[in-house]
Amino acid sequence: MNKIAVIDYGMGNLHSVAKALEHVGAQLGQQTEIVVTPDPQLIAAADRVIFPGVGAIRDCMAEINRLNVGRIVRQAIETKPVFAICVGMQALMGRSEENGGVDCLGIIEGQVRYFGDALKDDLGQRLKVPHMGWNEVEQCRAHPLWKGVPDRSRFYFVHSYYVPHDEDSIERGVTGIACYGKEIAAVISRPNLFATQFHPEKSQEAGLTLLRNFLQWDGQE
Amino acid sequence: MGLAKRIIPCLDCENGRVVKGVQFVDIRDAGDPVEVAKRYCDAGADEITFLDITASHEGRETTVHTVEAIASQVFIPLTVGGGIRTLEDIRAMLNAGADKVGINTAAVTNPDFVRAAAERFGSQCIVVAIDAKRVSGPDEEPRWEIFTHGGRNPTGLDAIDWARKMVEFGAGEILLTSMDKDGTKSGFDLALNRAVSRAVQVPIIASGGVGSLEHLAEGILEGEADAVLAASIFHFQEYTIGEAKDFMAQRGIEVRKI
Repeated sequence: MNKIAVIDYGMGNLHSVAKALEHVGAQLGQQTEIVVTPDPQLIAAADRVIFPGVGAIRDCMAEINRLNVGRIVRQAIETKPVFAICVGMQALMGRSEENGGVDCLGIIEGQVRYFGDALKDDLGQRLKVPHMGWNEVEQCRAHPLWKGVPDRSRFYFVHSYYVPHDEDSIERGVTGIACYGKEIAAVISRPNLFATQFHPEKSQEAGLTLLRNFLQWDGQE
Repeated sequence: MGLAKRIIPCLDCENGRVVKGVQFVDIRDAGDPVEVAKRYCDAGADEITFLDITASHEGRETTVHTVEAIASQVFIPLTVGGGIRTLEDIRAMLNAGADKVGINTAAVTNPDFVRAAAERFGSQCIVVAIDAKRVSGPDEEPRWEIFTHGGRNPTGLDAIDWARKMVEFGAGEILLTSMDKDGTKSGFDLALNRAVSRAVQVPIIASGGVGSLEHLAEGILEGEADAVLAASIFHFQEYTIGEAKDFMAQRGIEVRKI
């Protein structure tokens, strides 16, 4: 039995991610049990953990702090594979520029920045914010979760704030890069942690493959 | 290479059944929204929009179950519109597995609803649907106004100002339908689309009037839309999503190939 806990801290729709996990679990022929819960004991008892997040970072961090989710996530990363999604990934960073500046969990070093109102592509064309839709992800580092996912596959993004990709960020764990006016961290990983800015549960085959690999991942990079 | 322009098929549903006839010859039940949504997803649709035209309260319960069933099998973004009037309506649809909700009439009658919805659920899931009609004469500077109830009721609101206001209130995306063009198969109102797209920072979905693949490409290249929505050209199998993407790619538009 593969027990997956999806951490529910009251922010947004967890139905999609739970359904996607059920779907890939069934594809693997695995006995998979998905629990959507804020309960630290149930999360501690799970084999793997999903740390989702949508909406504004201030509201997310308020609930994360109120329910002591930071401690739960830290403990989980020490002991078992954790997959963080979208604002879940941003919440792992040191600080976000959103909502006038919000301290985040500081599990990963670095800042979350705003795309800006005057974002342009290489040709000087205006880019809309939020960054919404299907963008390519370059696999800048090998990783077991990339197995069966062609390099530069497209994933579904929706966000206005991003983690920058810069020259030393691969050392800091950037594993996938996307480009939207600037280079952004699409995936950050380390042992027991795979964090994506995009939504794997909404990214059809490429996203489902990542989740399928996650269900089999031993946490080693 | 960067962000792909999106193609979004739209399903009109009433009491849990697809209406405005989807005509897939090789589908078991063309009235089943789950089968149709799955079909489009497999064919490469970038998102699905589900427009609920059910009037009765009981019927809306069915809609929630339909959304649940689609969301259990279709792993691309799903927008649900039609009859969204309260925060409770939004919560019900998001809990059922919708990723975004479309707000139309309720935004016009109570703009603060959009603000409250974006604050509670985040702008990323709030799509404001705007139905606009050209009100200027042929020799005048073009001007469009917002109409409700399928284009019957004028509101006196200027479409461009309205779009700006909705974004300021927290809309994360605009679904823009030309009531002049809807159902005509003569192409989008490109001037309207361009004007709204330039006026706001958020993505625009062009809707209303698609009759050919050329129209889809025009919507992006001339209408400056970020996504194009179409119903009948896909439902009646005039074109597949794959053909639409190949055509757009030939025009130099970036699309997601599967």
